[in-house]
Amino acid sequence: MSYITPLEKRKGLKLWGSPNEIFLIVAIVVLSLIIGLNNSVFFSIATPFDLLRSSLIEILFALGLLIVLISGGIDISFPIIGIFAGYTTVVVMLGLGLDTYSLWIPLVLAAIIGAALGTINALLIAGFGLPTLIATLGTAGMFRGFLLSYIGSVYIANIPLGLDQFSTADLLSVETGQGTLARLHVLVIPILILAIAIAWLLRRTMFGRTVFALGGSEESARRMGMNVRWTKARIYMLVGAISGVAGILYVSLQRKADPYDLYGTELEIIAAVVLGGASIMGGYGTVTGTILGVLLINLIKDNLILLGIPGSWQRAAIGLMLLIGVVGQAISDKRRAKQATVIEEDAS
Amino acid sequence: MFGTEGISKAFGGAKALSNVSFQVSPGDIHCLAGENGSGKSTLIKIMSGVETPDKGTIILGDERLTSLTPRDAVAKGVQVIFQDFSLIPNLTVAENIALSTAVLEKKKLINPSKNREIAARALELIGVDLDLDATVRSIPVSSKQLVAIARAMTQGVKLLFMDEATTALTRKEIDHLFGVVRNLRDQGVATVFVSHKLDEVQEIAESITILRNGEVTAEGPIENFDRKAIAEAMTGQEVSEVRLTPELPGDAPTVLEVEALSSTGRFKNVSFSVKAGEILGITGLLGSGRSEIAEALFGMAPIESGTVTVNGRAVKLSGPRDAVEAGIGYVPQDRLSQGLFLNQSIRKNVMASAIERFLGRGGFVKGKDISETVSNWISDLKIKTDNPENAATSLSGGNQQRVVLAKWLAMSPSVLILNGPTVGVDIGSKKEILEIIRDKALEGMAVVIVSDDIPEIVQIAHRVVVVHQGKLGAELSEADISESRLYEELAA
Repeated sequence: MSYITPLEKRKGLKLWGSPNEIFLIVAIVVLSLIIGLNNSVFFSIATPFDLLRSSLIEILFALGLLIVLISGGIDISFPIIGIFAGYTTVVVMLGLGLDTYSLWIPLVLAAIIGAALGTINALLIAGFGLPTLIATLGTAGMFRGFLLSYIGSVYIANIPLGLDQFSTADLLSVETGQGTLARLHVLVIPILILAIAIAWLLRRTMFGRTVFALGGSEESARRMGMNVRWTKARIYMLVGAISGVAGILYVSLQRKADPYDLYGTELEIIAAVVLGGASIMGGYGTVTGTILGVLLINLIKDNLILLGIPGSWQRAAIGLMLLIGVVGQAISDKRRAKQATVIEEDAS
Repeated sequence: MFGTEGISKAFGGAKALSNVSFQVSPGDIHCLAGENGSGKSTLIKIMSGVETPDKGTIILGDERLTSLTPRDAVAKGVQVIFQDFSLIPNLTVAENIALSTAVLEKKKLINPSKNREIAARALELIGVDLDLDATVRSIPVSSKQLVAIARAMTQGVKLLFMDEATTALTRKEIDHLFGVVRNLRDQGVATVFVSHKLDEVQEIAESITILRNGEVTAEGPIENFDRKAIAEAMTGQEVSEVRLTPELPGDAPTVLEVEALSSTGRFKNVSFSVKAGEILGITGLLGSGRSEIAEALFGMAPIESGTVTVNGRAVKLSGPRDAVEAGIGYVPQDRLSQGLFLNQSIRKNVMASAIERFLGRGGFVKGKDISETVSNWISDLKIKTDNPENAATSLSGGNQQRVVLAKWLAMSPSVLILNGPTVGVDIGSKKEILEIIRDKALEGMAVVIVSDDIPEIVQIAHRVVVVHQGKLGAELSEADISESRLYEELAA
């Protein structure tokens, strides 16, 4: 009793990622070859280790932003939330005389501060229904102003001991030919675990599926009985907490707390997530793609000079990458729409 | 037994429903018919708990209730399939069907294999086979609807409302859908079909309740009604379905001449001509290429070869601007996204394509002339509004379509192409819109109507061409045009 013949069934196992992820891997490999052929210093174990180190914090920020983008929103306050939480944590700990070796105290404190700032975004977006771009643009300015005028505008070089020590905690170090050490930071492991956790959260929990549903059609999600407001609120609180943690880890890796840092990095992180395949219109995005996007952006950023391109072009290059990502999405959207109409014609 | 007894509901001062009673038993297919604004949607909202009635009783099985929450309605087996299906395009078929259950059970975690299982079972219940892993946005409209029905099945549906379910479907898909609905009936589901397509109502429903202005004007078994009786109960006036076609003067000059028009994957070798004052009907199934031909003539779809001549002059159509300059007007099917600036005023909408004729010295707009012209069109086309400055969204479907018409008529085109001019428009407005089109033809405009509404084509066209897979098939001249003949040609 079948009224409609099934559409073409998917066959076999999915061995490859999406075309976008394959494209990113190819881009990373090809770019590495070009850079390496121009400058043989590039082909060293130190290169991937350094690339990872410079990408770790951005991956963390990017994973938070990924959740927002999938839900159909955008957040541009997250770098400010990050440095706000990181700097404030240092100020509070030093003020309370908590110059300890503990890592948990700063991590938890920063996460709480980040979540609190995220709650303000959540109130504006889920509570008052403000457009996400405007809400976070406003809070970004407010948070930064508050940070610089009330918490501090001076650079702190002596950060708490635990954070300071963590900056040199290596997972492994390898002697390179030139007699220097190539170090892989231990943070690779927790961030990998966190990435897997976020992938699981997005795929296998009602919260995650509601995030996707919001990006697909908010009205339909509401009619399906999903709790739209509460999910939105949780998204911005979660992103706040993730940004807070990213902020304090940034302070640790830099071994200094500078309230002027991270400002403006939203451009490259948004670019990375979009290049990674997250739709700017919401509804699509993967953790793997996001990580590859961050790696590609950092590869370009770190090696423009090796290619003989002046460093001042960095921001232009990143802006260009963002536009390439968005144009790529528009093209694949068009193709998908075309496919859908072809199927429709076959069916009738 | 499901239904209402003496339900009344007012919004502000406006009465939406007064003393409405209807009944539907399990295993029954009931039709709720009425024009836009007759109170159908309010009745659905009351039955699904979205609105609370001011007076009256809701009957759900053994229970008689005076009010209902949406959650209660679902728990008692009431499900509504909205016109837009309320699906989530980026999720899979399985998730769209199964997630509601998970939401209802307050699940925190998602089990994909359980989702597939629930979805497969629901699809089996309605006798349909779909790819569970396809994303909803990649499947055809007809399948989307089946997904929505399957989802209703997972919620233990006892009373199913289907709101204008056939609007976007082809005849073949409607047959599938009716098969599914009869299957539900055999499983004891009470189905309420909300529609204003009379031939479909007669085909599927066993009983009918007709609303007008919030009151029941007629009810009973469907056998007691013929089309005319339903239409009269809906409109409150005698509706004649006689042909509206005006006489065509024998010596009318040819205005539009299309020769060997082709566009890969859309249509092939399309030739026809339309005389001044003539109304040409183009019909075909969804996806046959009928819409694409209309769009190509307005420069919205590429033309790869062939020629288009308007008033003896060959025109090149690479965009809507070219078409407008050549004197071609186009009323699109999807007026919401293509035909109107929804948030702009009625006045601005009417003037949108004719604005260049109202430019004075120095390129300034002549406001007074415009106001006169706009109010002329509003009275001419009987657009129901108290203020032309109101946004187009404030109008009902039929009135919005009149605004689109006015917009194009205001530029006095020599050729007017209408793509599904009365889709989603109620019977009363439909008749008036068709009359407007006829009158314009009488004034010498060449008209092309692209539609799959066969009765409409029969009423108004001088000649009809049928499109099959991008090619023109049979051409019927005035004497041969009849509904049965056209259905035959479509099925061929």
